[in-house]
Amino acid sequence: MSNIPSQKRSISVTVNGTTYYRDVAARTLLVHFLRENLNLTGTHFGCDTGHCGSCTVIANGKLIKSCMMLAIQADGFTIETVEGLANPDGSLSPIQQAFSDNHALQCGFCTPGIMLASKYLLQHNPQPTEEEIRRGIKGNLCRCTGYVNIVRAIQGLAAETVQKGDLVK
Amino acid sequence: MSTLVTDQKTEATRWTGKNVPRKEDERLVKGQGRFADDIRRHNEAHVYLLRSPYGHARIRSIDVTAANNSPGVICTLTGEEVAVLQKPFMEIAPPPGGLMEDYCLAVGKVHFMGEPVVAILAETEELARDAADLVDIEYDPLPAVVDGEAALQSDAPLVHEEAGTNVVWHGVYDWGDIQGAVSRADKVVKIDRLHFHRFTSTPIECNAAVVEYYPGSGEYTFWCNNTMPQFAAMFMGPALGIPTDRLHFVTQDIGGSFGNKITTYVYLTICAILAKKSGRPVKWTEYRTDHILGGSHGNERTFRNIVVPVMADGTILGISATAIDDAGAFPRYEPLGSVIWSQVVPNVYRFRDVKIDFTQVVTNKCPVGPNRGYSRLQHMWMVERIVDIVAHELHLDPIEVRKKNYIQPEQMPYETPNGCVYDSGDYPRCLDLALELIDYPKWRERQIMALGSGKIIGIGIGSTLDSGTNNFGQARIINPQLPFSGNGEVSNVKLDLYGEVVVTIGTTPQGQGHETTAAQVVSDILGIDPDHVRVLIGHDNARNVYTGFSGTYASQFAVTGLGAVQGAAEKLRREIVQLAAGVLQADESEIELRDGSAFVRGQEQRTIPFIGLANIVFANNATMPAGLDVSLNCTYTYRPPFSVPDVERKFGNLTLTYATQIHACVLEVDAQTGHTTILDYAAVDDSGRLIHPQIVEGQVHGAAGLGIGGALYEALEYDEEGQLLTSNFYSYKAVTAVDVPMMKTAAIESPSPFSPNGAKGMGEGGGAPLHAICSALQDVMRQTSGAIITDSFNPSERVYWLMQDTTKGREGVSVEERA
Repeated sequence: MSNIPSQKRSISVTVNGTTYYRDVAARTLLVHFLRENLNLTGTHFGCDTGHCGSCTVIANGKLIKSCMMLAIQADGFTIETVEGLANPDGSLSPIQQAFSDNHALQCGFCTPGIMLASKYLLQHNPQPTEEEIRRGIKGNLCRCTGYVNIVRAIQGLAAETVQKGDLVK
Repeated sequence: MSTLVTDQKTEATRWTGKNVPRKEDERLVKGQGRFADDIRRHNEAHVYLLRSPYGHARIRSIDVTAANNSPGVICTLTGEEVAVLQKPFMEIAPPPGGLMEDYCLAVGKVHFMGEPVVAILAETEELARDAADLVDIEYDPLPAVVDGEAALQSDAPLVHEEAGTNVVWHGVYDWGDIQGAVSRADKVVKIDRLHFHRFTSTPIECNAAVVEYYPGSGEYTFWCNNTMPQFAAMFMGPALGIPTDRLHFVTQDIGGSFGNKITTYVYLTICAILAKKSGRPVKWTEYRTDHILGGSHGNERTFRNIVVPVMADGTILGISATAIDDAGAFPRYEPLGSVIWSQVVPNVYRFRDVKIDFTQVVTNKCPVGPNRGYSRLQHMWMVERIVDIVAHELHLDPIEVRKKNYIQPEQMPYETPNGCVYDSGDYPRCLDLALELIDYPKWRERQIMALGSGKIIGIGIGSTLDSGTNNFGQARIINPQLPFSGNGEVSNVKLDLYGEVVVTIGTTPQGQGHETTAAQVVSDILGIDPDHVRVLIGHDNARNVYTGFSGTYASQFAVTGLGAVQGAAEKLRREIVQLAAGVLQADESEIELRDGSAFVRGQEQRTIPFIGLANIVFANNATMPAGLDVSLNCTYTYRPPFSVPDVERKFGNLTLTYATQIHACVLEVDAQTGHTTILDYAAVDDSGRLIHPQIVEGQVHGAAGLGIGGALYEALEYDEEGQLLTSNFYSYKAVTAVDVPMMKTAAIESPSPFSPNGAKGMGEGGGAPLHAICSALQDVMRQTSGAIITDSFNPSERVYWLMQDTTKGREGVSVEERA
């Protein structure tokens, strides 16, 4: 009977280093699981079609949109959300600091997703060109910034990476 | 690249004018913002709205029996019940628009695709959606009207039978002497039709609310993201038959609005009725498709029979036109857009003779509402198109035509033909800076070099104003019965019990950095560091700090919000100085404030910290110096200097400040496909005195990004049955990072003589990218087919066909030589 959408299944998911064991309805989207079950409301829900990117998280090392995946599909996964970005002492990580310094956020709604997309981009391409940066975040919509300062923040981080070593581990 | 060209600095300030770190950022980059959908209440229930699949249809029957019996369903709500529980919302328009009946759910018939028809409340959102599948509705489809001009035809289907017409409002604006201008003109340029398309700045956070009803007090609390709560209250109180003070609005972080979250009172009313009916807190969060189908669209406007008397040298004498504005199915914020455009009648130009016959109509499309640049951008786009078309038809340089017609800096303050007063500005200098930023001569050379290469380069200019701080008296031009005029905002600045500085404002920021800029202003007045100023997040009318105008819209915070903050902080400073002078036994003139303490000037040991002063007032008042009456809790209402406009002449000062935005765009069109690529882009703004240059530049970027989206990618398109073809991000192509160039910016500062701090409201922008891109495409057509750009939306396909067509593309434009 496990194909009844409202029927619950047991899963375990490790989010930002903590492993959670939860019973969750088979049809619950990962984004809703993070927000409603784990109260990690920094991952946002902005569309119903996987286009806006405000629900972006890193799952098993892949950049995904958590509204495009069921929570039960994430059973056993390791997930990083915006709440995991800060340094262990609570201070801002370089990526968060770069977004603030460059005024790369206004309302802040898309920001968690864009920071995770930026992190993923820099992990895989530490010295991206402007075009590569733009392609790297094109799955994330921002209506406030015209993307200008977001691109600048990522460019700044890439430059800093050269000076200070790996900033986006 | 960002250049701040400042040469008019006055007194030195420590914090104002600097890029201090934004106070909002830390919580937002940590994912700790509190947005409306993050709010949880114990025992909350979830709403799902079943919406109309038709553009126009009579509702024959609704059967909710099966839905009510579905697992987890608490109750349902239909239009039949709403018609009993709710009075139709107030209308701003006099008849005929004022006769149109607007309920929170469809009553009797559906007027647009996406109109909510049945609300289902259930234990979870999924169960509510499941139940919606069981609702049985029988519709009789009706012919739809989806075009503004078609809505005026005598045989057009009526969106609201009760009004007997599709006209919401009609008025003739007539200033100067357009006939005289035509008589003395060398030439008359005639343009049959210009069309400004429908799009939306749709924020990434959709509408959401948690609504709770307290039977003991009759009060409703709305944790929501509405951005003009007291405007919402004005509609909701009478509709629900309760005093508006029973409506308690709380906003915190808001994920963008661009005006789109002003008219959510319709949905908040559904939630309020359900909360009372069920006795449960009610949670509602839109999906994107709901938001685009039934949220708030930008105004679509068609201009017909445009007549432009000009001199041979390109001097424009005036404009006459008929404007038909399509408001969608319900007026709501409208017909305010039918007057708001007149804040910028001549745009940045000197012509004095203007006649606009303005009609606003309803159609079977989503209702419109304020959308970044609201109502002014449509009008200024027409004016900018006219300037380019005049230049094109007279074979003049469009840049020279602009310069020739610009209002000159020495004419400031400048009274427009309808009595608006442009406070300050230097348009020619802004244009020169924009041309410098793009290296204009270089592109003119490249344009020639590119001839025959299959790529055509176009260069265009968009000149606009961002009029800010409305005089709500302009509403009387629409409806003389409306008891509105002026504007205002409230702030409270206080020392808290332990000397903390706490600031409250009535506004609803959505990324504009109000906490930061308010703290800068307070810091300079009280001599403290912005890090030591706490600004409460968002609007909460239980804090008792608001006016009827409170909110964040229409480019006004730097004037109204910061005007209120400044007034309240100055009041608090006076009280602190009085109290410190009494305690330190010094003259008030000797007291200075620095680092959170009061000092007697030159005597460092004679000092008392804010915590000591707060202690005296709040917990130790038997030690208060005799004869003093201070509260250290100071509220100030900023009221801009306005008078009531002359309703008969449609004349008066309609906004306090006029920020300038001059954009220059270089683009390249592929001759084979019509695909447009932006090669270079510059935005020069003059927002008066800058409080926080980085925030201002960020607003310029954002307005430009949305404008580029509107010009090339984003359109809300309906078919003839009223089906919205672009109802989510699959089909509504919201502009992405690869579509927007790395724009260049520069700013000059022409302080406003009318605002309390020399700043001008800004942020909306005047839609400059739409004007600049159309202007650049016109430059492309000059080199190809000679077609005229008559639509604000120019996707590749349209550009391609315009380049092919040497006759049809020129239809409707003519130049009449006068003897």
